[in-house]
Amino acid sequence: MSLAKRIIPCLDVDNGRVVKGVQFVDIRDAGDPVEIARRYDEEGADEITFLDITASSDNRDTMVHVVEEMASEVFIPLTVGGGIREVADIRRMLNAGADKVAINTAAVFRPEFVREASTKVGSQCIVVAIDAKQVEDGENPKWEIFTHGGRKPTGIDAVEWAQLMQEYGAGEILLTSMDRDGTKIGFDLALTRAICDAVEIPVIASGGVGNLEHLAEGVLQGGADAVLAASIFHFGEYTVGQAKQYMAGQGIEVRL
Amino acid sequence: MSTIAVIDYGMGNLRSVYKALEHVTDKRVIVSQDAAEIRAAERVVFPGQGAIGDAMHHINGLGLGGILNEVFEDRPFLGICLGLQALVDHSEEDGGTGCFGLIPGTVKRFASPLIEVDTGERLKVPHMGWNQVSHRHDHPLWQGIEDNSRFYFVHSYYVAVSRPEDSAGVTHYGVDFTAAAAHENVFAVQFHPEKSQHDGLQLLQNFVNWDGKP
Repeated sequence: MSLAKRIIPCLDVDNGRVVKGVQFVDIRDAGDPVEIARRYDEEGADEITFLDITASSDNRDTMVHVVEEMASEVFIPLTVGGGIREVADIRRMLNAGADKVAINTAAVFRPEFVREASTKVGSQCIVVAIDAKQVEDGENPKWEIFTHGGRKPTGIDAVEWAQLMQEYGAGEILLTSMDRDGTKIGFDLALTRAICDAVEIPVIASGGVGNLEHLAEGVLQGGADAVLAASIFHFGEYTVGQAKQYMAGQGIEVRL
Repeated sequence: MSTIAVIDYGMGNLRSVYKALEHVTDKRVIVSQDAAEIRAAERVVFPGQGAIGDAMHHINGLGLGGILNEVFEDRPFLGICLGLQALVDHSEEDGGTGCFGLIPGTVKRFASPLIEVDTGERLKVPHMGWNQVSHRHDHPLWQGIEDNSRFYFVHSYYVAVSRPEDSAGVTHYGVDFTAAAAHENVFAVQFHPEKSQHDGLQLLQNFVNWDGKP
């Protein structure tokens, strides 16, 4: 008996609609985040993450309504990321029914924000999202934090950053390899392992999942506490249930 | 009309608890920090997330200590997360915090590093995710829930009760800890039933229908 490793489907939401195509034959409206979240919940998802990629603040109100609707129907943890810049943004999402918020760019620009946020709402609500790219390979590989979708280097070492964010009160880390994101060739396992070993808080591995083996590798080789994926679930290639069965077959503890 | 009062003392997100209760019952659900409203309720839910020191500070600041002591005694009462931790004598958190002392026991922090003795694995803190709860005895709130079902946890501190008979459910994470405590009309859980899908909703439904007898 032990804690299960989590599988977390992730949805990109723009102005209240899911983007990056979700295709299920039996879903009425493949753009409705609540309907898709309900589907993943039925399949056994352990949590759901919404990334709000909306640019304008008007559209953020739409996201709040999406979160409210989801929280009335789906009773598993919900994380919301994207555009979280102030404690007020966090409170709004939590009051709407989110359980955690993911802070990304705002933490890089002002690390103290993470401390303020965790003090105000509790570490358990604060996920720090880290977008990292490898900058040195060889025996001592190094990864650096990038912002703006992986375009802007910051000079910050990813491992040191993860440790600092833990110290500032992050309750969890959502780690995305910008080298692997969208490639479907698997997680950056060395990066995942380096971050997992460096912190005491849970780490969610993200970026690069193309098949079920990749999910299992993230846990077994990367040491991740949870694995996040988008496209392999969206296009109906695999269900969350199949992913869990596969991982259980690899000796990983999952919630079935 | 019978009312379920969710006590709001400014610690954490009560919407999920409120929504989950609404989902399982036609009874009126209110979120309240008003002693008269809470006193009038048929049953009480005491949730909360965050630090216990802050929680006790808020409870006392809002003058809710008296009404809590009252409803502990006389009606179905469900504590969730901090709502369990606040019921024991004392917490290690925040340099030592006195709690309500309804159930003898202490709140302790998971060791750092936390090591699973059998495997040597280093465990992450907070304890976050779905873990199994092993029933220690039958209870009306376990009705329809299989032994060792998984519930969603997120916490860095855990409860150790002094009297084994107060423990209704135990979870293992580096150590065995009290995941559910039961004492007469009081049932309190470390996990989040409002976030634990079917089994969580079942537990809430059991609570809503509970007569308060063990």
